[in-house]
Amino acid sequence: MTLRSLLFFALALTSPVLMSAAPPAHVASAYHVDIRNFHFLPARLTVPAGAQVTWTNRDEEPHIVVSAGGQFPSSPGLDTGDSYHATFSKPGTYAYFCSIHPQMVGTIVVQ
Amino acid sequence: MSDQDHDDTVAPARREFLECMAWAGAGALWLMKGGVANAITLPAGAKGGAAEAKDATFSFVQISDSHIGFHKAPNPDPVASLRETIAHINAQRQRPDFIVHTGDLTHLSRPEQFDTVAELLKEAKTGQVFFIPGEHDVIGDNGKAFFARFGGGVSGGGWHSFDHHGVHFVALINVLNLQAGGLGFLGSEQLAWLRQDLAGLSASTPIVVFAHMPMWSLYPAWGWGTQDSARALTLLRRFGSVTVLNGHIHQIQRKVEGQVTFYTARSTAYPQPAPGVGPAPGPLQSVPPGQLHRYLGSRDVRHVRGGEAIAVTDVALG
Repeated sequence: MTLRSLLFFALALTSPVLMSAAPPAHVASAYHVDIRNFHFLPARLTVPAGAQVTWTNRDEEPHIVVSAGGQFPSSPGLDTGDSYHATFSKPGTYAYFCSIHPQMVGTIVVQ
Repeated sequence: MSDQDHDDTVAPARREFLECMAWAGAGALWLMKGGVANAITLPAGAKGGAAEAKDATFSFVQISDSHIGFHKAPNPDPVASLRETIAHINAQRQRPDFIVHTGDLTHLSRPEQFDTVAELLKEAKTGQVFFIPGEHDVIGDNGKAFFARFGGGVSGGGWHSFDHHGVHFVALINVLNLQAGGLGFLGSEQLAWLRQDLAGLSASTPIVVFAHMPMWSLYPAWGWGTQDSARALTLLRRFGSVTVLNGHIHQIQRKVEGQVTFYTARSTAYPQPAPGVGPAPGPLQSVPPGQLHRYLGSRDVRHVRGGEAIAVTDVALG
């Protein structure tokens, strides 16, 4: 699978509303983390450099996404249904957690 | 004294008013045998009769986790339930000397939410209201807004202590500088302060500690604990009566460890599931219709001068 068709495939899976559209040359938010039942799902997400990741809070409690090493800006308090985007331009491993419920941890791996 | 765990997560089904009496301190057995009346007896040789004994006691009330700004199931109106809780406290025969709110005043640390809490607590008939922050009160600013309003001018990290009728009260902050994968956190600076604060006190001084997150390892998988609370416990262990009052988990759990008794408290907004029951903490969705009030409430804490005992009564809202 070429990178382009792989990206389109990922986009189609996560954004059904765009299925009928032609794939854009540069993908915006193809990568999603759901915050559900006090977990980041998936807990470990691998993305290409330059990707934008969107976190969406599905819980009835607010959550905040905070980089463990201060490597990307913290989200505001996310109420139910709120989303937050961060773009990862440099390869590396980015550990993060919820600063209200610090037992919630996740990782973005940028390749 | 062996460790005992007690949980009281099931709402009372048998009657509308739940009363759970518990005693802490070296005098526990004697007082329990005698019942409540004996709690107000002065030690042998003390002056005065029953009237003076009555004046020698004082009480305060703990409320917790009002979560103003929350508006979903099972309680779309935590403002109303907080107001009811205050009215309930005001309706008691004895006016409490003070009320302490053990945190999560607000749901999202928003200014209007802090405003509402401050306004509602003005309706309380009491001497003073103290607040310590929960993790929902320090969102985005490390507690700057909270401490500006409710810090009482205390310098440093917000922790402080005061004495009232011979009882030493300690307010700890364990919701700041939380680390990834961790629990509540006190930190070395606060622990050094605690060591110095307790140093001059005799072991017979009753101690009451307030902190938002549980000060024991109640259920770490859900973040219900404080990473470095053992260091605080080392400092508290020499005292004859230590009562630790926590919030955070929106239900009553109790633990006895030697002469230290820990209690978490009900919320005035919504209950949470018992430890491990269900996939996660968060608002309990299985509250039967019309039964919410059984899961909410306040706590009356009474001290008897001359003894080390602290009496704790949990009062449900309905």
